[in-house]
Amino acid sequence: MIDAAPRRRPLTGTVDVVVIGAGHAGLAMSRCLSERSIDHVVLERGEIANSWRHERWDSLRLLTPNWQSRLPGYRYAGADPDGYMTMPEVVGFIDQYARIVSAPVRTGTAVTSVSAADDGYRVVTDHGQWRCRAVVIASGAHNIPAVPSLGAALPRSLQTLTTKEYRNPGQLDDRGALVVGASATGLQLADEIQRSGRQVTLAVGEHIRMPRVYRGLDIQWWLDAIGILDERYDEVDDIVRARRVPSPQLIGTPQRSTLDLNTLTERGVEIAGRLVGVSDGKAQFSGSLRNHCAMADLKQGRLLETIDAWAGQNGKRDEIAAPERFAPTRVEDTPRLSLDLTSGRIGTVIWATGFRPDYGWLHVPALDRKGSLRHAGGIVDVRGLYVLGLNFMRRRKSSFLHGAEDDVHDLSTHLAMYLRDSAKAVSRAPRKVDLTKDHHLGHAANAVAAVAASDWQLGQDGQMN
Amino acid sequence: MSATATSASNKVDNGVNVEALLGARAALTEAPEAARFKWRATCSWVNGTHSRSTVQSFFGLGAEQSHKTEFRYDADHPEVFASEDNGATPVEYVLVGLASCLTAGVAAVAQNRGIQLRSVKATLEAGMDIQGILGIDSDVRNGFDGIKVVFDIDADASKEDIAALVAQSQRRSAVFDIVTNPTNVAVEVR
Repeated sequence: MIDAAPRRRPLTGTVDVVVIGAGHAGLAMSRCLSERSIDHVVLERGEIANSWRHERWDSLRLLTPNWQSRLPGYRYAGADPDGYMTMPEVVGFIDQYARIVSAPVRTGTAVTSVSAADDGYRVVTDHGQWRCRAVVIASGAHNIPAVPSLGAALPRSLQTLTTKEYRNPGQLDDRGALVVGASATGLQLADEIQRSGRQVTLAVGEHIRMPRVYRGLDIQWWLDAIGILDERYDEVDDIVRARRVPSPQLIGTPQRSTLDLNTLTERGVEIAGRLVGVSDGKAQFSGSLRNHCAMADLKQGRLLETIDAWAGQNGKRDEIAAPERFAPTRVEDTPRLSLDLTSGRIGTVIWATGFRPDYGWLHVPALDRKGSLRHAGGIVDVRGLYVLGLNFMRRRKSSFLHGAEDDVHDLSTHLAMYLRDSAKAVSRAPRKVDLTKDHHLGHAANAVAAVAASDWQLGQDGQMN
Repeated sequence: MSATATSASNKVDNGVNVEALLGARAALTEAPEAARFKWRATCSWVNGTHSRSTVQSFFGLGAEQSHKTEFRYDADHPEVFASEDNGATPVEYVLVGLASCLTAGVAAVAQNRGIQLRSVKATLEAGMDIQGILGIDSDVRNGFDGIKVVFDIDADASKEDIAALVAQSQRRSAVFDIVTNPTNVAVEVR
């Protein structure tokens, strides 16, 4: 179907909706739009699942277990529900989804500009233009590595890698490495580089500590069970802060092992505070390491208490292992405050400092003063514009693969109503109707019919065989 | 803030107007320029190592502001340094700044979290090898080699909640940030 799509459709055209990005979220949205018979196209700069395919390190596996991997109408049905997918497996999973839902994807089509046009948008790509009434941004939150400005002061003799460029320890020379950042990424890279025989210093700021398995069950099972993953953006006290929370320190391995700072310390990684400066060839670390570790320990303790309380109330007590508490994070009495980057001991600095989305092509006044999209749960405050897959966008799970399902359901419902209502507004005000645009009314009629017919359709999430 | 948290915080009184602070936070989120403050001090040499600093004006909320009165601080060195001991040493003022900042933070966070405090006492100790300031050993830094803060807190809260209070106070403390992270300092002569 994908291969046939380019021959079916012209390079340039008019659709109701343009979806930008054929990753799991864009494809999930495509499936919901197809169910509602909403005419759309999915524009993809590279290949399907491009970031999973080309922008991840070799050893990475999903942080969520296979049983949790699902998209609308599709879920993991393999033989290893408790395992964690490798990147080739994720790509295969998403590729197959694109085929099953017959997503109208145009690969190798990079969006260069989205701007307002009449009652919709003009989407310019490197292969033609599209006109549409609504745009769904599903290009992800991991576009541009967020390297702190102090990176500019690093000695030029050092190799620097972002996590978008890093693949394996073979890219590094034999000297030690400074890994900056203590989310899942920073810990995983620190671990494998240390195991490769290179001395790693890890710069640690605020972080989230979690065991991989708790009381015999995957921590993701517990997070799901106690409702944390379903918490909505409009239910938390401070959504801005919640969206900045780094990803939990987790790793997916066949052994289902926990990876935390104590594990790394045992393996010889040196733990330092947050990287706060580079001066005279020396990296400077914050003296706040002890507090950052204390906060992570306290938060982990609160989470485990919540889990234990839930288990007690939900009859899980007999079926599962006894509650556990984990040793506090060990912090040296005098953690390192500086590291000479010119001594020859360090060869590489790796920025595991996160990413930010790229909206350089978005010529619509939808960004706040810090360059983030202004949106409420994925509904951008510019009419007809939607976004998917950002951290805690609509629910805490929004950025996870399995988080797309509920989000695209909600947002496609909103989008269908938007298409219908904006068409109604046009029909109620006939003097404003431009006869050259009457094709919109035809599309709107389709949308109304689709909404009416969609209630039963949406309930039919068949299993993949 | 949820409804339960509000009613809980109404019952406790640590003397912190959390509603005003949260209101200011909301207002300054909308007007970030007004959030830019400038803090000032002046210091005059008296004699020997004795100096007197004053603090009164500051800038913030887009306008010049002033304390209700001028505050004065004598600083000196103790007699073991062959000084007259007319006031605390400058490094002790750093400890005072850190202690009072963290303590104020504990009170504010406790109020926000609905925790009634009965007593809070911080005890600080900082190590310093004065071979640094005396120029005996250039490998020894001038400043502290570490600071230890011990809080004794009596409050209506669990041990974990009190630990979380103290952790959050550090997370939001200006002086904790100043002493744990580098700061550019420009010293000029006019």
